[in-house]
Amino acid sequence: MTAFLRVAALVVRKDLTVEVRSLEVVSTTLFFAVTVVLIFAFGFVREGAPMDGVAAAILWITVAFSGTLALGRTFERERQADTLRALMLAPADRPALYAGKLAGMLLLMALVEAVLVPLVGLLFQAPIFVAPFRLAALLGAGTLGFAAIGTLFAAMLVRARSRDVLLPVLLYPMTVPVMIAGVRGTAALFQPEPDLGMAQFWIALLVFFDVVFVTLALWTFEPLMTD
Amino acid sequence: MSDFTQLAVVQVGRHYGRRRALHDLSFTARGGDIVGLLGPNGAGKSTLLAILGTLLAPSTGRVEYGSHTSGDQGAALRAQIGMLGHDLFLYPELTARENLIFFGRLYGLAEAPAAADAALARAGLAGRGDDLVSSFSRGMRQRVALERALLHRPRLLLLDEPFTGLDQASSARLVERLREEQARGVITILATHDLDVVDGVLTDVVFLQGGRRVAVPPGTGGLRERYLAAMQDGPRV
Amino acid sequence: MTTAVKAQLAVAAAMFAAAPWVINAAPHEATMGLVYKIYFFHMPAAWMFMVAAIVSGVASARFLFAKRLASDATAVAAAELAVVFGLLALVTGPLWARKAWGVWWVWDARLTSSLMLFLIFVAYLLLRQFGGPGADKLSAGLALFGMANVPFIYVSVNYWRTLHPKTSVVPTLPVEMGVPLWFCVTAFLLLFLALLKMRATLERQRARVDALYLSYDEA
Repeated sequence: MTAFLRVAALVVRKDLTVEVRSLEVVSTTLFFAVTVVLIFAFGFVREGAPMDGVAAAILWITVAFSGTLALGRTFERERQADTLRALMLAPADRPALYAGKLAGMLLLMALVEAVLVPLVGLLFQAPIFVAPFRLAALLGAGTLGFAAIGTLFAAMLVRARSRDVLLPVLLYPMTVPVMIAGVRGTAALFQPEPDLGMAQFWIALLVFFDVVFVTLALWTFEPLMTD
Repeated sequence: MSDFTQLAVVQVGRHYGRRRALHDLSFTARGGDIVGLLGPNGAGKSTLLAILGTLLAPSTGRVEYGSHTSGDQGAALRAQIGMLGHDLFLYPELTARENLIFFGRLYGLAEAPAAADAALARAGLAGRGDDLVSSFSRGMRQRVALERALLHRPRLLLLDEPFTGLDQASSARLVERLREEQARGVITILATHDLDVVDGVLTDVVFLQGGRRVAVPPGTGGLRERYLAAMQDGPRV
Repeated sequence: MTTAVKAQLAVAAAMFAAAPWVINAAPHEATMGLVYKIYFFHMPAAWMFMVAAIVSGVASARFLFAKRLASDATAVAAAELAVVFGLLALVTGPLWARKAWGVWWVWDARLTSSLMLFLIFVAYLLLRQFGGPGADKLSAGLALFGMANVPFIYVSVNYWRTLHPKTSVVPTLPVEMGVPLWFCVTAFLLLFLALLKMRATLERQRARVDALYLSYDEA
């Protein structure tokens, strides 16, 4: 167990070091996320007022789009000097490599969401401070579900043809429950009288989803990545 | 898994759909051997190295590391293998030292920073340890990459076109390093086009063409003459 | 084609030929009249879609973990059939909906979940086609994840819907309607099994042809 955590921590620290040097993925993903929100604003703001109930949807769709972009960029980096192969060559536990990549992805998404949530709150007058812990739990559980599947798919597509378009094609249908749960849960929190019970239901569903799919990903990472 | 002193490739084949990359390949190598894999592009050299490094499974046949086959060994076997790929396996955004420490720790080395410093010294880059790998020339990267592959003192060393883009001095340094490892009893398998450089270094040669092993024609002559003769009309082995 | 497959196809063909009369014999439904009878094709198609999806998921798991190469052939065959029957169900569904509720599409739990699962199997086929070498393993992973996702898709879509007015898809059936329904289900099942067998065999033969090419190479 400690070997697993040690390897995962090693991979995360390495990814952080690499990213901090150039900040390429962080800055481009953040900028992309902000642009997407603004594009939605142009679509959904009528006569100066945002349409009802769009804030939750826009937040989660932006998370999905920017997450996909970030996944593509992160694994493109491992393709450069074929370093993903070097990782697979090491005597390290393969699922630990996956866990490290996933943790790195979660940190990046957390940063993006830390900017997105206030932005959405500002532009669409969404009450983000009404139930902050539940909102954070929703975002956390939902992002984990999305990133768990996304990291696995992005890794397995690294050597495939047409990987750029195949990642969203594979990822979006698979993460529909995350989107539904995230949007409906957040919408329940953003209502004039927030429906806490509803939000809690969706959080529970997401947690269950996360447990199932993180486990499945850990199991299938090695067979999918080896020839 | 204990250390192994012999590598046996037994009738290994590998295909992708209808394309056969390797066919019925067999050879043996022992500690202290430097085996050259020679052949034109597309002959299957990289595929064979990937199979030897356990990155690919053979479609037919097997590889024996000592008394074990690759199927049952997993991580313990990978700890005994060091590989230098064509793409060097180094993170350009990290410094040489950071690359070495990362891989050292990944391979479970107890004193990774110290090992990294020693490796940098052996590569002759002790002063450049804190420079980003992206700022290195090809030759310098090669040296760091080789030390990375040897950091965990592997029993089997696999090199894919290691002399590419190296100048005279760097090539000589690489040969010297290979001889050092040879003296330690390491089995080295190296795929290359640079026949003149490795002439005299190799203890054994496997000529590959179209995924098959081609016989070494009898007689003397430099490596280049024998290679050309083998590619022309050597009988299939 | 083996005799068993031929027999299955023959019976299925006969049953499909007889189907119009069997369906005609079923009584008219009170509110909808004749049109509801599209249901007799829609339900079996939807069921075969589900069965095909499960078969593909299980075969993919065996291919991935037990490394049984033959399972990959079954997985592909079942995935293609899932797309075919899924398309049939998704086309007949709106045809029914238009007559029953006046709209082409409703976001009800079953229809939407089916659509999502259908998309996953379309993605499977796209991956196999465009993913390059090694795509067979990757698509097996996708099918496996799709399988695991089915309950989540259904539950999330179901509860997503509860904020909308409820419409029921499956009316309770009087027993006279049971006969044509099961007749059609049997016909569809025979067709599905025959097609699955044929397609899987085709896939295995394709792999054998590849192996022949390889051994011809040795001559």
